[in-house]
Amino acid sequence: MKRRDFLKATAALAAAAPAAGQAALMREPKPMPPQAIGMLYDSTLCIGCKACMSACKEANDLPPERLPEGGEWNTGTWDTPLDLSPTTYNIIKAYVNGTRAEKDRVEDGYAFVKRHCLHCVDPSCVSACPVSAMHKDPLTGLVSHDPSLCIGCRYCVYSCPFGVPRYNYDDPFGQIGKCQLCSHLLAEGGIPACCDVCPTGASLFGPVEQLKAEAQRRLAAAPGTELEFPRGEIGSDRPTHVAATGNYQQHLYGDRELGGTQVMYLAGVPFDKLGLPTDVPDVGYPTLSEGLQHTLYKGMAGPALLLGGLVFLARRNIKRNQADDPLFTDEGMEPDAAAKKEEKDS
Amino acid sequence: MSAHAHAPVGGRLVTVPFLVLAFLAAIALALLAGRFVYGLGAVTNLNDGYPWGIWVIIDIVIGTAFGCAGYAVSLIVYILNRGEYHPIVRSAVMASLFGYTLAGIAVMFDLGRYWNFYNLFLPWYAQPNSVMWEIALCVAGYITVLWIEFAPTFLERFGLHNAREKLSRVLFIIIALGVLLPTMHQSSLGSAIVILGHKVSPLWQTQFLPLLYLSSAILMGLALVPFESVLAALGLRRQLETGLMGRLNRVILVVGAIFLAVRFGDLLFRGALGHALAGDLRANMFLLESALFIGGLALLARQQAQRSARAQFIAAVTLLTAGILFRINSYLVGYEPVNGTWHYFPSVPEMLVTVGVFSIEILLYLVFVKKLPVLAKHA
Ligand code: SF4
Ligand code: SF4
Ligand code: SF4
Repeated sequence: MKRRDFLKATAALAAAAPAAGQAALMREPKPMPPQAIGMLYDSTLCIGCKACMSACKEANDLPPERLPEGGEWNTGTWDTPLDLSPTTYNIIKAYVNGTRAEKDRVEDGYAFVKRHCLHCVDPSCVSACPVSAMHKDPLTGLVSHDPSLCIGCRYCVYSCPFGVPRYNYDDPFGQIGKCQLCSHLLAEGGIPACCDVCPTGASLFGPVEQLKAEAQRRLAAAPGTELEFPRGEIGSDRPTHVAATGNYQQHLYGDRELGGTQVMYLAGVPFDKLGLPTDVPDVGYPTLSEGLQHTLYKGMAGPALLLGGLVFLARRNIKRNQADDPLFTDEGMEPDAAAKKEEKDS
Repeated sequence: MSAHAHAPVGGRLVTVPFLVLAFLAAIALALLAGRFVYGLGAVTNLNDGYPWGIWVIIDIVIGTAFGCAGYAVSLIVYILNRGEYHPIVRSAVMASLFGYTLAGIAVMFDLGRYWNFYNLFLPWYAQPNSVMWEIALCVAGYITVLWIEFAPTFLERFGLHNAREKLSRVLFIIIALGVLLPTMHQSSLGSAIVILGHKVSPLWQTQFLPLLYLSSAILMGLALVPFESVLAALGLRRQLETGLMGRLNRVILVVGAIFLAVRFGDLLFRGALGHALAGDLRANMFLLESALFIGGLALLARQQAQRSARAQFIAAVTLLTAGILFRINSYLVGYEPVNGTWHYFPSVPEMLVTVGVFSIEILLYLVFVKKLPVLAKHA
C-alpha cells in the first residue's frame, strides 16, 4: 500500500467507526417475567432496627459476623457485619450528613437503605455466568445461585451493577453468596424473612405490579398526610402500620433503571446518596454485551464463514510455498531472493 | 542442509539464568500451595470490589496477548501469503504455545471452585450468552491447536517422519483454526468488559472494545517477534534478523494505525476525550497509554528504525508496554467498584506467582530452543 492510500484508508476508517457505533449492537431488553414477585423497600418507613438482618441470618442459616476489633462486649452472638458478604445477604446501611438532626434530609440528616440483590429484570450476573450457576426463574423472575455448578470465576461479582454477589476469599472451598428472596420459604407458602419481621412495612413483599401501584399511591399522597402502610405481604390481612407520608423523591427506583429491578426503592433523599447508581441507562448492560456477541456470532454463521475462508486461503498458500515452510519440511529452506537482499543491506 | 534450516541451538541447559528462573518458579509453586490450603485471600489481595486481579489480567489477558505472536505471524504467512516470514513461524508458534498453555494453567489456580471447572465443557450447563464461556472454550481449543501446530518440531526431533507426513496433509485445517480461534477470543477479552457498564470509565468503556482488543493483540503479537529476536540474538549469540524485522515493522505500522484510528475515532464520537484531561490517575494513565502507542509507532515510522536493531527493539518494547497498559487500564485502573472504599494492589506473593508463571515460560523457551529445531539456523 502506498503511503497516501494508507492515510486515506485510515481516515476513512476513523470516519466510519462512529457511524457503525451508532447502529447500536443491542439485543432486545428482557420483559418483566409474567408472575414477577419482588419487594418494595421504603427508606422513609425504615427505622433501622435491623430485625430484617437477623431474620435473614436465621432463615438462611448463616453465622453471625463480628468485627475483628469488637472487643470484650462483642464476643457473644452479636451480628455486626460491615457489608454484604458470602454470609450476609442483607444489610441495613445509613446515609449520614453533618449533625444528623433529621431523618430523610440531605443536609444535617440521615437515611437508611437496605442492600441486597435487586433481582434484576435483565440481570448481569446471569448473563455473565459461564456455567448457568446464576439462574433467573422464567415465571417469578427470582435470581438464584447454585453452588454445585459454580466454578468460582467471580465474573458475577465483577459484573453486578449493584455490587451484590460476594465470594469467600478466606476459604479454600469458597462460595458465592447472595439473597435469593428466601425461595425456600416461598416454596413452603411463606414470605421472605425480612418482610415477615419488618415492624413498619418498610420491607414489603408481593407481586411486582401490585408493589408498583402501591408505590404510586405513596408518591401521590401529600407529604405529612396519614396513610396506612401494609406490612409483610401486600394484600395480606396483617394489621397495617399507620404513619405520616414521607417527603419522597418523586421516583420509584428500579422502575426503569438498567432495564428494571424486582426489588424497588422509595426514599426521601436522592438515590445516589443511598449508594444506588442513578446515572445509568434504561436497559441492562447485557443488552449491550449480548448484542455484541449475538451480532458477531449469530448462529455461528460468521465464524463458520470466516473459517471456510481461512481454510481456503491457508490451503492455497501452503500449497504454493510448502517447500519453503518450516512447518512442512525437515530439509529447511532457502531464503527467498528478497530476504537475501535485505540481509545484505542490514 | 540449507543455510536456513531449523536446528536446536544446543549448548548447556543448566546455566545461571536457568537456575534463577527455576528458583522463581519454585517460589511460585510454594505460594500456590498456600492458595489451595487457605484460600485465595491468603495469597492475593483480591476482594469483592476487585474480584479479578493480576492473575486474570496479567497472566491471562496480557499473557495470551503476548501469546499472539503465533497467531499474528500465521495470519501474515498463511492467510496473507507472505512466505518471506517463514523463518520466524516456528519460534512465534512456540511463544504462543507457552503463553497460552500457562494462561490455561493460571486459570486453574484463579478459579475459586476449580474442581467444578469441567462444567464449562458440559453442553447442558453451557451459557453461550456469557462472554467468558466463549473465551474459555476458544482458549481451550486454541491450546490444543497450538500443540498440534507445534508437533512437527517434536516429530522432526525424534525422527518420526511418517507421522509428520500424515500431519502435514491436514495441517491447513489446524492452521486455519489457529487463526479463527484467537480472532474470536482476543476480541472477546474486550467484549468481556462491556457488561461492567458504568463501572468502567468512558475512556475505556465502548462497544468497540472487541475491535480494539483484537487489533492491539495482533499488534502485541507482532511486536513480540522483533523483541524475541533481539533477545535471542543477545542471549544465545545469534545473528540479528534486522532485515526481515524491518519489513515486519511495516505490517506493525498498519495494524497500529488501525488501532489508533478506531480508538480515537470512538473517543471523539462519544465525546469522552474530555475525561483525558481530568488530571486524575485514570486520565494520566490514559495519556501514558496513548503516548506509548503513538510514540512506539512514530519510532517505527522513522526510516532508520527499519534498519537499526536497537531502534526496533525500543519500538517493540514501547508498543508491548502500551498494549499491557491498555489492558490493565481497561480492566483495573479504569474500573471503579460499586459503593465504598475498595482497594486493590497485588500482594507480594500474588506478584511472585505471576513472576513465576513468566519464569516458567522463559525457562521452557530456553529448553525448547536448545533441544528442539525451533530457530532458523544461520550460516
Ligand atoms: S442485583 Fe446483581 S446479583 Fe442481583 S440479580 Fe441484579 S445483577 Fe444479579
Ligand atoms: S462465580 Fe460462580 S456464579 Fe459467579 S459467574 Fe462464576 S461460575 Fe457463575
Ligand atoms: S426490619 Fe424493616 S424497619 Fe427494621 S431495619 Fe429492616 S427494613 Fe428497616
